[in-house]
Amino acid sequence: MSDATAHPVSQTTSQPKKRLKIKVSVVVMTLYLLFLMLPIYWLLNMSLKTNTEVLNEFTLWPRNLTFANYATILTDPAWYSGYINSIIYVVMNTVISLTVALPAAYAFSRYRFMGDSHLFFWLLTNRMAPPAVFALPFFQLYSSVGLFDTHIAVALAHCLFNVPLAVWILEGFMRGVPKEIDETAYIDGYSFGRFFVKIFMPLIASGIGVAAFFCFMFSWVELLLSRTLTTVDAKPISAIMTRTQGAAGIDWGVLAAAGVLTIVPGALVIYFVRNYIAKGFALGRV
Amino acid sequence: MEKTINQKAWFLVLPVLVLVAFSAVIPLMTVVNYSVQDTFGQNQFFWAGLEWFDEMLHSERMWDALGRQLMFSAIILTIQIPLGVFVALNMPKSGFWSSFCLVVMSLPLLIPWNVVGTIWQIFGRVDIGLLGYSLDALGISYNYTQNTFAAWVTIIIMDVWHWTSLVALLAFAGLKSIPDAYYQAAKIDQASRWAIFRYIELPKMMGVLMIAILLRFMDSFMIYTEPFVVTGGGPGNATTLLSIDLVKMALGQFDLGPAAAFSIMYYLVILLISWVFYTVMINLDKREG
Repeated sequence: MSDATAHPVSQTTSQPKKRLKIKVSVVVMTLYLLFLMLPIYWLLNMSLKTNTEVLNEFTLWPRNLTFANYATILTDPAWYSGYINSIIYVVMNTVISLTVALPAAYAFSRYRFMGDSHLFFWLLTNRMAPPAVFALPFFQLYSSVGLFDTHIAVALAHCLFNVPLAVWILEGFMRGVPKEIDETAYIDGYSFGRFFVKIFMPLIASGIGVAAFFCFMFSWVELLLSRTLTTVDAKPISAIMTRTQGAAGIDWGVLAAAGVLTIVPGALVIYFVRNYIAKGFALGRV
Repeated sequence: MEKTINQKAWFLVLPVLVLVAFSAVIPLMTVVNYSVQDTFGQNQFFWAGLEWFDEMLHSERMWDALGRQLMFSAIILTIQIPLGVFVALNMPKSGFWSSFCLVVMSLPLLIPWNVVGTIWQIFGRVDIGLLGYSLDALGISYNYTQNTFAAWVTIIIMDVWHWTSLVALLAFAGLKSIPDAYYQAAKIDQASRWAIFRYIELPKMMGVLMIAILLRFMDSFMIYTEPFVVTGGGPGNATTLLSIDLVKMALGQFDLGPAAAFSIMYYLVILLISWVFYTVMINLDKREG
């Protein structure tokens, strides 16, 4: 930073005031992060207890530490197939969304064409469509074409909100790449396809990463559509969780363990894109 | 950036168009179709005109749900936007702790929505949840399954927990894009903390804040899973928001006509409000650029 040399001087002049200010922000952040972590901690805590301990004693941390709840999930196909199903359709959705969104985002960022701004807003309106509105028609549409209870059905349904989002994010990142690069490449005799894959995509690699992250995230967290479109073969983990709640006597420990396991993939991918998260949430417009 | 006019760019947009048409336009037409027809079963439909729309417009059930929905979205926005900005202002600007805060704050955003519901359902229970147990121990009567007020407090705190980080992350991205020169100039002018916020940080954050408001409005207006898992729309109908009511009507009772009419009006309301936000946002973009 350019003001690194100026910093020590200003600190010595206004030291007491500065120290107080830092403390306030540390307190604020600690409280906020604590507020975020407490419910998650409680879930983790419950997942490591036996069901009798959950129901009979109120303990702030597990007295009889047990991994039995996790073992139940990881050995029972009815449970772990849910994770596999979820991951399959989430990955499918991410690939489809990015494949169609890349050329479209390029077109929006580089060219003007008939109805471009209207088209752009229309795409965004699909991000605004309440899934509840689409649940029933999707059910009928995919049943009629024989795709009901398949992974591809859920992946396509999630394109409804992920494709517009991917176009938006990628367009924002592509705007930052100077147009001269395209022109130079064309003069050098690159065809559009070769230029796009060999030169352009590496340039916006971080943008593609962020878009992929967001497609992954919104497909992973969605429940209403994925539950409506599946019964057995492609049932996502979140739907399996809601069904077990209906059974007589809820096994809180297993439920909590299943919840903790759904947080893991998100936590993993977040680590890779941590420096671009904010820019991605701003749809590449910062 | 100057854009060249090129109608061939349509070919690049075509895949998106086809895909979105398949997954949005066809289902939407189905909904429109149902909204103007009636059935006695056996797949026999006949024209009903605008009857369903008329019925829904006069149904107390929909107006009540809309009222609750508007109240929910309004409360959510008034808490989350200022709180998010406040958190962003207090975040460490760089280094390890900045990354740490970013990762921890993003965590709630990546939890499947029904798990968010489950977390708070457990957390709020008087017998096994930390929150419910603590409140009970303090002598505050709190039962989100029976008390309307407690149910509302629970779903609002849950949403604040779930989404405030999004606003904070956006505001933080906006703050980071402000050049140091602005702060140095403010220091020379001996501007107060409030003045710096009001005349430098807030205007510079306006663009991303509009995105935050737009996203938060849209998502809070279509919220379904989280309150459904926690309260199931109860006690009574106290937390039956629009989406919950719609799913109940369409998939639970299979009242296709009214549900379709409801859907269309629901969608139009979101579209209208979002269009207003979007126009404001684009104009802000233009003025800055």
